[in-house]
Amino acid sequence: MSLDRREFLKSAAAASAATAVGMAIPASVEAASNQAQAGWRWDKAACRFCGTGCGIMMATKDDRIVAVKGDPLAPVNRGLNCIKGYFNAKIMYGADRLTQPLLRMNDKGQFDKHGKFKPISWERAFDEMEVQIKSALKEKGPTGIAMFSSGQQTILEGNAALKLMKAGFRTNNIDPNARLCMASAVTGFMNVFGADEPSGCYDDIELAETIVAFGSNMAEMHPILWSRVSDRKLSNPDKVQVVVLSTYKHRTMDLADVEIIFKPNTDLAIFNYIAREIVYNHPEAIDWDFVNRYIVFATGPVDIGYGLREDIHHPKYKKSELDTAAKQKSKVLTADEGVSLGYLGYKAGDTLQMKNTETANNHWQITFEEFKKGLAPYTLDYTAHVAKGDPDESIEDFKAKLQKMADLYIEQKRKCLTFWTMGFNQHTRGTWVNEQAYMIHFLLGKQAKPGSGAFSLTGQPSACGTAREVGTFSHRLPADMVVMNPDHRKRAEEIWHIPAGTINPKNGSHFTQIHRDLEDGKVKFAWVSVCNPYQDTGNAEHWIKAAREMDNFIVTSDGYPGISAKVSDLILPSAMMYEKWGAYGNAERRTQHWRQQVTPVGDAMSDTWQFVELSKRFTIKEVWGAQKIPGLEGGLPDVMGAAKAMGYKETDTLYDVLYANTTAKSFKWPDPVGKGYQNSEAEGDKRNVIGSDGKPFKGYGFFLQKYLWEEYRKFGDGHGHDYADFNTYHRVRGLKWPVVDGKETAWRYNAKYDPYAKKANSGPFSFYGHAFKEIPSGNLQGVTDKTKVHLDGKAKIFFRPYMEPTEVPDKNYDIWLCTGRVLEHWHSGTMTMRVPELYRAVPEALCYIHPKDAEKRGVKQGDMVWVESRRGKVKAHVETRGRNRPPRGLVFVPWFDEKVFINKVCLDHTCPISKQIDHKKCAVKIYKA
Amino acid sequence: MKNSPSNDRRRFLLSIARGIGLSAMGALVWSAYVGEVKAAPLILRPPGALKEDEFIKNCIKCGLCVEACPYDTLKLAKPGDNLPMGTPYFTPRTTPCYMCSDVPCVPVCPSGALNEPSVSSYVKAHAKLDINKARMGLAVIDKESCIATWGIQCDACYRACPLMGQAITIEYSKNERTGKHAFLVPIVHADVCTGCGMCEHACVTQKAAIYVLPRALAMGEAGNHYIKGWDPKDEQRLESVNKEVPHEFTKTKLSEKSALDSLNDESGL
Repeated sequence: MSLDRREFLKSAAAASAATAVGMAIPASVEAASNQAQAGWRWDKAACRFCGTGCGIMMATKDDRIVAVKGDPLAPVNRGLNCIKGYFNAKIMYGADRLTQPLLRMNDKGQFDKHGKFKPISWERAFDEMEVQIKSALKEKGPTGIAMFSSGQQTILEGNAALKLMKAGFRTNNIDPNARLCMASAVTGFMNVFGADEPSGCYDDIELAETIVAFGSNMAEMHPILWSRVSDRKLSNPDKVQVVVLSTYKHRTMDLADVEIIFKPNTDLAIFNYIAREIVYNHPEAIDWDFVNRYIVFATGPVDIGYGLREDIHHPKYKKSELDTAAKQKSKVLTADEGVSLGYLGYKAGDTLQMKNTETANNHWQITFEEFKKGLAPYTLDYTAHVAKGDPDESIEDFKAKLQKMADLYIEQKRKCLTFWTMGFNQHTRGTWVNEQAYMIHFLLGKQAKPGSGAFSLTGQPSACGTAREVGTFSHRLPADMVVMNPDHRKRAEEIWHIPAGTINPKNGSHFTQIHRDLEDGKVKFAWVSVCNPYQDTGNAEHWIKAAREMDNFIVTSDGYPGISAKVSDLILPSAMMYEKWGAYGNAERRTQHWRQQVTPVGDAMSDTWQFVELSKRFTIKEVWGAQKIPGLEGGLPDVMGAAKAMGYKETDTLYDVLYANTTAKSFKWPDPVGKGYQNSEAEGDKRNVIGSDGKPFKGYGFFLQKYLWEEYRKFGDGHGHDYADFNTYHRVRGLKWPVVDGKETAWRYNAKYDPYAKKANSGPFSFYGHAFKEIPSGNLQGVTDKTKVHLDGKAKIFFRPYMEPTEVPDKNYDIWLCTGRVLEHWHSGTMTMRVPELYRAVPEALCYIHPKDAEKRGVKQGDMVWVESRRGKVKAHVETRGRNRPPRGLVFVPWFDEKVFINKVCLDHTCPISKQIDHKKCAVKIYKA
Repeated sequence: MKNSPSNDRRRFLLSIARGIGLSAMGALVWSAYVGEVKAAPLILRPPGALKEDEFIKNCIKCGLCVEACPYDTLKLAKPGDNLPMGTPYFTPRTTPCYMCSDVPCVPVCPSGALNEPSVSSYVKAHAKLDINKARMGLAVIDKESCIATWGIQCDACYRACPLMGQAITIEYSKNERTGKHAFLVPIVHADVCTGCGMCEHACVTQKAAIYVLPRALAMGEAGNHYIKGWDPKDEQRLESVNKEVPHEFTKTKLSEKSALDSLNDESGL
C-alpha cells in the first residue's frame, strides 16, 4: 500500500480520534497508520507547561524529538493542546542550550566571583561545589546552605533533592518556586480540610451549573480547562452561568455572563458579602445537616503584618522603601478597615500594632452566632462601596452584579464550581481568601460533590506532584507531613533508613527568606534547580545584589541561560523534561509518568544525577555529627552512633546511604518497563560524558528512578496519599490519588467515592485530614478557653475580615501594578522565548493601561514608559488596546520578559501564613521614558 | 524604533531606495526594471493609500512616510524586490503596522497618495486622524492550517489584534470529537479589519494561517439589488446605487436579441 503524505496524516488523525471515542478502526486504515509511523517511535508523556496536566504523545526519530501530538487517550485533554503544548517538540532545541558546566574564573583558573564564566569539566564543577558547601557548613552549619527547588522538578528529582537536603545535609532550607505560586492554596487546604489538595477533579466542569473564575484568567492560563468550561457553557447556555472576577478585564471575561471588576484585596469583602447574603437573607439555603455534622467555625488574629522583614529599619532597605516596610509593625486603619475591623473595637484612624506576625496562623473555634456577627458589616452597600474596581462603572450596576453572583451561588440545587489561581494565592491575605471560597461552598453544602466545589487551579505542572506531595518546602516532608512533628520525622527517618534524630526539627527558610538570608549573609551556598528565582521574586534588585556582591556561592542548574544563571557563580547544564525519566502531578491529583525519550544535548545531565553525584563527595561523618542550628536549643544531635548501630560506616558517603543502598540496588536495570528506552542515569549513554570523577560516566547500574518512586510512595500508603506502583503509571494515562486497590479517587472526603471517607464510617462525608485539628475555642475577639478540642473528621469555616493591601496608590505612586502571565509564554520565558513562533507572537512584555490613564500621563499607544515603584523601575511599551483592559487606576505588566524585569518593581510582601509573595498589587508611577 | 542603533543603516538604505525612486525615469534603470513599475496586486500599502492604480500615479516615491514610521514597518521597494520601485509597502509577517494612534505616516505625504481624509473621523466637522479607519488590506484565514480549527487553544491572532473583539472575534462551538472541549475559532470581520497584519505577525503556524491580502483581492462583492432584511445598516448600500449606477437592462444569452426578433425567429421550433 502506498500512501501520500496527506492520506497518511488523515489516517493517523483518524486512528487518534477513533481511539479517543472507542470506535473500531477498519484494519486497513490501522495498518496504514502503523506503516506510516514506522520511521519513528511514539510514546506518552506529560506536557511540560502548566498545572492542567495534558497528556501528549512524542515522536522521536534518530534520538531527537521530531513531533508531538495531544494524547487522544488522556482524559484531561483528549488529544488537544494549547499553543504552548503545541510546541513541546521544540522547547529543548534552542540554539543557546547550556551544554557544559561554566564557572566564574580568574586568569589562573581559580573561582573568582568577579570573573567571567568559562567552561569547566563536571569534575571541576563538583570539586568547587564540594569546597564551597564544606566551607559554608563549617562557617554556618546546615542552615548556611539552601536550595531553590521547584514545582517543575519531576517527582523523582524533587525526592532526590529532599533527601539530599533534609536527610543528608540536615537542613530544611529547601523551598520551591511553588511557594510563589501555590503556598496560600496549601495553607487554605491545611487550615480548612487538614490535608492538602482539592477534593474534586476536572470532571466537575461537565456537571457544574455556576462556574466562577475568581482571580483566575483561565482562558490564557489553563486553556484546555477553559475549553472544557466553554463546552459546558455551550451545552446549556441558559442554565450554565459563568461569573468572572478580576481587577482588570481579561480574556476569560469573553464568556462571562457576569463580569466583575473589583478593587485589589476586596475579594475578601465580596466573599463575606455572599456569606452574609446566605446567613442573613437566605438562611434556608444553609445545608444544616452538613454544617452541623461536619463543620466547625473558626477565626484568627488580624494583626499579622504583611510578611515583610521584621526589622523595619533593615540596613539594606533603600530610603524609598521605608514607609512601606514600616507597615510590618503597624498601620493606620482606613475608613473601610474601621468598619471591617469594628468587631475588634477598632475604628478608622486607629493604629493597628502587628503583634501576631509570628503566630499568624493561630486560630480558634467560634460559634455560628459569632461567625454571623463577624459578617454583619458586609452589606451590599458597604461591599459595593469598598469593592467597585472600575471608576467608570455605576455603583448600581456593580451592586446588581454582586447580587446576581450571590444568587447564582445560593440557588438551591444549582451545582457550583469556583476556580482560582494567582489572584487568590498571590495575596497578602491569600490563606484567608482561599478559606473564604470553601466558606461559601460549605455553608451551601456544595463541596466535595460531583459538579460542586471550590477548586484551586494549580499553576505549575508539578506544584502538586512534586512541591506539595513530595514536600520540597522548608517545613514539609512527603505526604502532608512536617518537620516540626516528631512522629512525622520518625516516619521519614524509618522510610529513608537513616538514624533517628537526623532530620532537623526546625523549619527552614522559605523561598523569599532564602533570598533575605543571602542578603544577610546567613546563607553562603545556594543551589537553583528547575526554577528562576532571580527573575521570579519581587523586589529583585536586593536579591541580585546579594548574589553578585556578597560573599556567597550560587549554583544554577538550568537548560538555558536565564537571569538566575547569569547572576550565579557556577552553572550546571541540565537535561530537560524529555531527556530523563520523570513524573508530574497535576491540579486534580493526577500523577503521570514518562520515560526518557532522547539523549540529553551536549554534556547536560539530569538534576537527579547532579544531586546524586554531589552526594558522593560527603561522608556521613562529615554531616551527621552534632550541628548548631540558630534558634534550636542544643542543636542537632550527633547521630553517628545510631548510624553505626544501623550498620553504616564512617566512610560511607551520602550516595551509599541515600541513593545506592541495598534497597536501591535491588531495582535492576534493564527492566521490562524500560525495554527499548534509554536511562542515562542507570547505564550512561552514547555520549560517554566525562563524569564527576573525571572518567566516562557508565551509569549506576540500577534503576534509580524506580527506586526513588517506590520508596517515596511508602509515605502515602495507607495515609490517604496512596499511589500505584511505578510500572502501572507506564501503562495508564495518569491516576488521581489516593489510588486504593488499583482504583483512583475522583471526589475526596465523599464516602461514595473516597475509600478513606467510607472507612471513617461517619455518614456521607469525612474530612479526615490531620493538620490543625486540635484548636482552642473563643469568640471573635480571641481565645476564651485554651482547652483544645479535637475536630475528628470535620472541616472548618473561617471568618476572615476585609483588610487593605500593604501598599496602596498615593500621591507619589498613584496607580496599582498587577503582574501575571500571557498564554504564549511560560513563567520567566526561558523555554518559550526560545521558540521562534512564540517569540514572534509575543516578543515583549507590554504595559497594559487604560487609554485615559495614558493620556493623563501624556503617553500614547506604543510609547515607552517607565514603571517605577519605591523599589525599582523598568521600561515598557504602552498598550492601551489588546488582551488586557485595566480600569482607570491600574496597570498590568506580565513578567515573562527578562528585558522588562517587572519583579524589580514588585514588592516582596507575603501572606504572613503561607509566606507567598503578593505579585498582584503594589503602587507605581508611570511616566514617559 | 527610531532611536535604535540600526537607524543610520536604515536611513542609508532608505536614501538608496528613494534615489532609485526619483531617478527611476533614467532610461537604464527604467528599462532594467520595467516589470516593476506596474501596479502590484499583492502589495500592501501604508494607511490611507489610494486605490492601487491611483496610488501608483500619485506616489512621488519621496519616502517621507517610510521615514515617519516609528516601527520601520514601511519600506521603499528596491530593485529586485519585484515591486513597484521606490513606492512604500509593508510585509506584516516581518513587521506589521502597529496602528499608531497619531498615524504619523499619512500627514507627511506631499502628493495625496496617502489620503488623510480616508483615515480621519469627524467630530462636529472637525477632522481627527483615526487609524481604525485605515483599510490597508484584509486578514483572511486558511482554515486548513489554522490550528484553532483543529481544537488547539491558540487564538494568538485574536489576542494580537489591536481591535480585539471587533476585527477578530472568537466563535465557540462544541468539539464533538473529544466530547468535552470547545473550539475557539477566530473570525475576521471585514467591516472593522484595518489590515494591519498584527494577526499575521503573531500567527504561530510555520507559514501564517492568517494573512493580509489587499482588500480588492480578498473580498467578493454581493450585488446591491438585495439588502439584508435583518441588518438595518445594510440599506446604506442603496445610497451608492442611486449615485453611481445608471439604469441598465440585464442581458443573458437568451435575451441577446430583442423581443421582436426572437418572436419572429421560428428556427428553433
